[in-house]
Amino acid sequence: MLSASTHTLTKTDSNPLTFQELILRLQTFWAERGCVLQQPYDVEVGAGTMAPETFLRVLGPQPYKVAYVQPSRRPADGRYGENPNRLYKHMQLQVILKPPPENVQQVYLESLGAMGIDLRQHDIKFEEDNWESPTLGAWGIGWQVMLDGLEITQFTYFQQCGGVDLYPISVELTYGLERITAFLQDKDSIYDIVWAHDPESGRATTYGDVRLADEQQFSVYNFEMADVDKAWKHFELCETECRALLDKYAALTKEKNVDGFGAEKKRFPILAAYDLCLKCSHLFNILDARGAISVTERVGVIARVRALAVGIAKAFVGQQRAETPADSEEEPADEKKPRVKREKMSPVGS
Amino acid sequence: MPDFLLEIGCEEIPARMIDAASQELEKRVHELLQRERLAAAGTISRFDTPRRLAVLASGVPASQPDVTEQITGPAVNVAFKDGQPTPAAHAFAKKAGVDVSRLERATTPKGEYLSAKVTKKGRTAREILSELLPKEIGSIYWPKNMYWRKPNERFVRPVRWLVAMLDGEVIPLEFDGVKAGSTSRGHRLAGATAVEISKPSVYADSLRKAKVLDAGEREQQIRKALDAVTRTISGARWREDKSLLDTVINLTEFPSVILGSFDPEFLELPDEVLVTVMRDHQKYFAVEDTKGKLLPHFLAVLNTDGDPQGIIRHGHERVLRARFNDARFFWRTDQKHPLRERTEGLKHVTFQKDLGSYHEKALRVQRLCSWLAEMIRQSGMAIRPGVIHKAAYLAKADLTTELVKEFTELQGIVGGLYARVQQLDLDVPESTRLAIADVIYDQYKPESTEDSVPRSIEGAVLSIADKADSIAGMFALGLVPTGSKDPFALRRQANGIVKIIAEYKLPVPLGQLFLDAREAYHGSEAEKKFSGKIDFGNVLRDFFRERLEFYLREVLGFKYDVANAVLAAGCDDVVDAAARAEAVTKVRPSADFESISVAFKRIKNILRQAEQAGKQVTANIDSAALQEAAEKELASQIPHTANKVEALRQGRDYELALVEISKLRPAVDRFFDKVMVMVEDKRIRANRLALLQTLLKEFSTIADFSEIVTEGKDTSRN
Repeated sequence: MLSASTHTLTKTDSNPLTFQELILRLQTFWAERGCVLQQPYDVEVGAGTMAPETFLRVLGPQPYKVAYVQPSRRPADGRYGENPNRLYKHMQLQVILKPPPENVQQVYLESLGAMGIDLRQHDIKFEEDNWESPTLGAWGIGWQVMLDGLEITQFTYFQQCGGVDLYPISVELTYGLERITAFLQDKDSIYDIVWAHDPESGRATTYGDVRLADEQQFSVYNFEMADVDKAWKHFELCETECRALLDKYAALTKEKNVDGFGAEKKRFPILAAYDLCLKCSHLFNILDARGAISVTERVGVIARVRALAVGIAKAFVGQQRAETPADSEEEPADEKKPRVKREKMSPVGS
Repeated sequence: MPDFLLEIGCEEIPARMIDAASQELEKRVHELLQRERLAAAGTISRFDTPRRLAVLASGVPASQPDVTEQITGPAVNVAFKDGQPTPAAHAFAKKAGVDVSRLERATTPKGEYLSAKVTKKGRTAREILSELLPKEIGSIYWPKNMYWRKPNERFVRPVRWLVAMLDGEVIPLEFDGVKAGSTSRGHRLAGATAVEISKPSVYADSLRKAKVLDAGEREQQIRKALDAVTRTISGARWREDKSLLDTVINLTEFPSVILGSFDPEFLELPDEVLVTVMRDHQKYFAVEDTKGKLLPHFLAVLNTDGDPQGIIRHGHERVLRARFNDARFFWRTDQKHPLRERTEGLKHVTFQKDLGSYHEKALRVQRLCSWLAEMIRQSGMAIRPGVIHKAAYLAKADLTTELVKEFTELQGIVGGLYARVQQLDLDVPESTRLAIADVIYDQYKPESTEDSVPRSIEGAVLSIADKADSIAGMFALGLVPTGSKDPFALRRQANGIVKIIAEYKLPVPLGQLFLDAREAYHGSEAEKKFSGKIDFGNVLRDFFRERLEFYLREVLGFKYDVANAVLAAGCDDVVDAAARAEAVTKVRPSADFESISVAFKRIKNILRQAEQAGKQVTANIDSAALQEAAEKELASQIPHTANKVEALRQGRDYELALVEISKLRPAVDRFFDKVMVMVEDKRIRANRLALLQTLLKEFSTIADFSEIVTEGKDTSRN
């Protein structure tokens, strides 16, 4: 019952999915299960989790199901295109199920079937792997899903995001698209995987054709040429503006008896504040890759970005509540208590 | 009597948590049955896999036994007036559930009272289990838990099904929104989705048919399969690895094993790197020849019933190839910047947020190493300060290498491996370089009580200095381990220090070591963050006293009272404490020694009581105030014996010293037979107390004998 597809992968499989076919199959699979298909977010992020479709949507009471591909930039992971398994920018397919169905693991396994993997012929393990992002004040409990010894997905039950305890809980599935394609196509280098086949000419376009220059040039930029002083200035500009927005929102919520308060609150650009926070996070990553952040600074800078993320999460929850008062009955009883906890991070992987 | 089954069906439980939780659940069920007078007549057993924790109990009583008790009511003269029952009698009869006419009478010392026999009906097991099991399930301890439905419902992973049965009947209960039934689930891919359990006694068989085995069976199946596939390569064996085996047992419900191969070219990488990749990252067993040399093969334990087409093997080989390629890439990249060029980079690696960078740590440890090396050299032991000096400086440089960033568990080892193949300095001869490499390689040893200590004395010094620096810094910040909280594993590091000093017999007093370690922080930025509240010396001494006690008892196997006695007399010198413990253990069986122990306990009591009563003790023995022959005899023996003991003690001949002390027994015995200490005469009393105090002080320098447990004999003689 697990092999939703009759397509069976074997070593001699002559026609495995291309990179783009994999994306199409997964998107179709999740669309058929009620997910909104979002498009990649257009601000640099280090992971699909940071896109607002995850970071903000998991907050508050509204159910939501979404799937999207998210190119994820991690400047320090760049290898000038020389390492066959490492990328500065890789593609994640991110799925958020809020709340998750009771058979969420089963549905996930069926998605592997949709990729043409006959699970009966493979070895699947769910191995403990808890996820944490100190910069986002977010963490969750879950597994890395291992397929024949290869980690193909991060499966996480979100517990906290932006320092806010979540309710209802969301399940986040993060598929590593490059490595899954390399597995399906039996390629040893990411750059050799086939991205697309031209049905007319039969010509194959590889991942390297599409992305190698990207990897080379951004490695040079991130490690050698990014202007440290300017990056710091950008960081500070974004941080200041973000903070100013949060301060304005806080001032607004204090004047709650003023006429038209609800409308003012509703149109307030928390989403823009979040974009600024994302930019800070990316600039931090560039500075880090450049080796420009000293020991003493590092912890402090992470705390600054987290302060923004936590402030935004809190504001977003408040804003949502103003919009949908009827939903509050879904909330647990301890709703009156402040939901934002200070620095209550759990250690990674323990 | 029915059999009982409880199965908690779960999404995959972390492998490391299964054993403890399974044992706990079994214990909880066992205790619940005992407590509720439903103790199983047969056995209680458990069954666990990554997706379930189950407990079986055979022969559970269907209900609690009825309880009959005699209850006492009002006094007869209150209950009956003129032979007629009063409201009090009626009320009591109602409470007892009998007719007034059937009330009995009981005569007590206080008079005659009404009495009745009451039978309490036992509740059914079904009722009790249904009510109490959910609480037991919810109380299982998890190192880390979660919620998936409501914030107050917490478990290690989402609970998806429950089976709770007494024979063929379901016990109605609910946990976190899941209702118990009689349907279990089989292996995720190889078994049936729904497995109907007809009764508890067939549970294991029903699951076996659905490709789910218990831990014991899985272990057997894995071992057998490992042996079988390894036999296909002549002269090969799989490398035994208990913790890896435990992990894969708990990652599978129905295990099988495949043999994979890798390109022999990768064997150019060090064994340490290959094995770490295979074991820690892929959970593969390594394969070696009869001499222990790695072969280009690996064994992967699968959670399925086989791989007839070799598809899974092919996948695992591909992943391992990528991992090895990575490792080789990192190894080669790292060589572009040898260790000596990497020490600057340590300025950007945080050791601890308030204690600064690893660069600062390396310099502190280097200083501490040179003080320690000098201390050791002066005691006449051979040591190469130059080797330590260089090694300490380079020791942490591997933290900036790609290989360690990828395989953090190889820190130290990678540094050692690189030092072996790199030019460290122009003027360092080959032999010195290899010695330095070994010192770097061993710097984190011993990693546990079972692990061996560094191979060279120079390695021993670096390991001690590194750990002492961490402990001193953390304690000075006030980050002292408490209870189960020891995030920096300071206890383990302290155990390491004790073990190294003991095994190398190093003349390094702990007090001095930590004064030096603290001194190495002098004038640093970190020092400004130090807590003014902590009594550094005393807190550390208490901390190490516990570590030493652990070492004496758990590692060296001394009795707890011997450890206490010895440490009460001093816990600064590890080697000395171990030697004293050995001497005490040797003389302990002698009658004289035992008697002395009893006497010392008595002396201590007398002195304590005297002190509490505010009685004066003279500073020195006043021989003019000695009255009885027995006290004169003891007083005259003390200086004589004390001189002998002190000479032997100086020469660390503790056993003979203890024998000397034991020889005081007749004099001590006579003293207690003939002399009364707490007499009215203030002068005489004070002098006798002084005598006892002197005795205690002079002869408690090897061990505090009053700590020795003498099986109650101390009360038999007086």
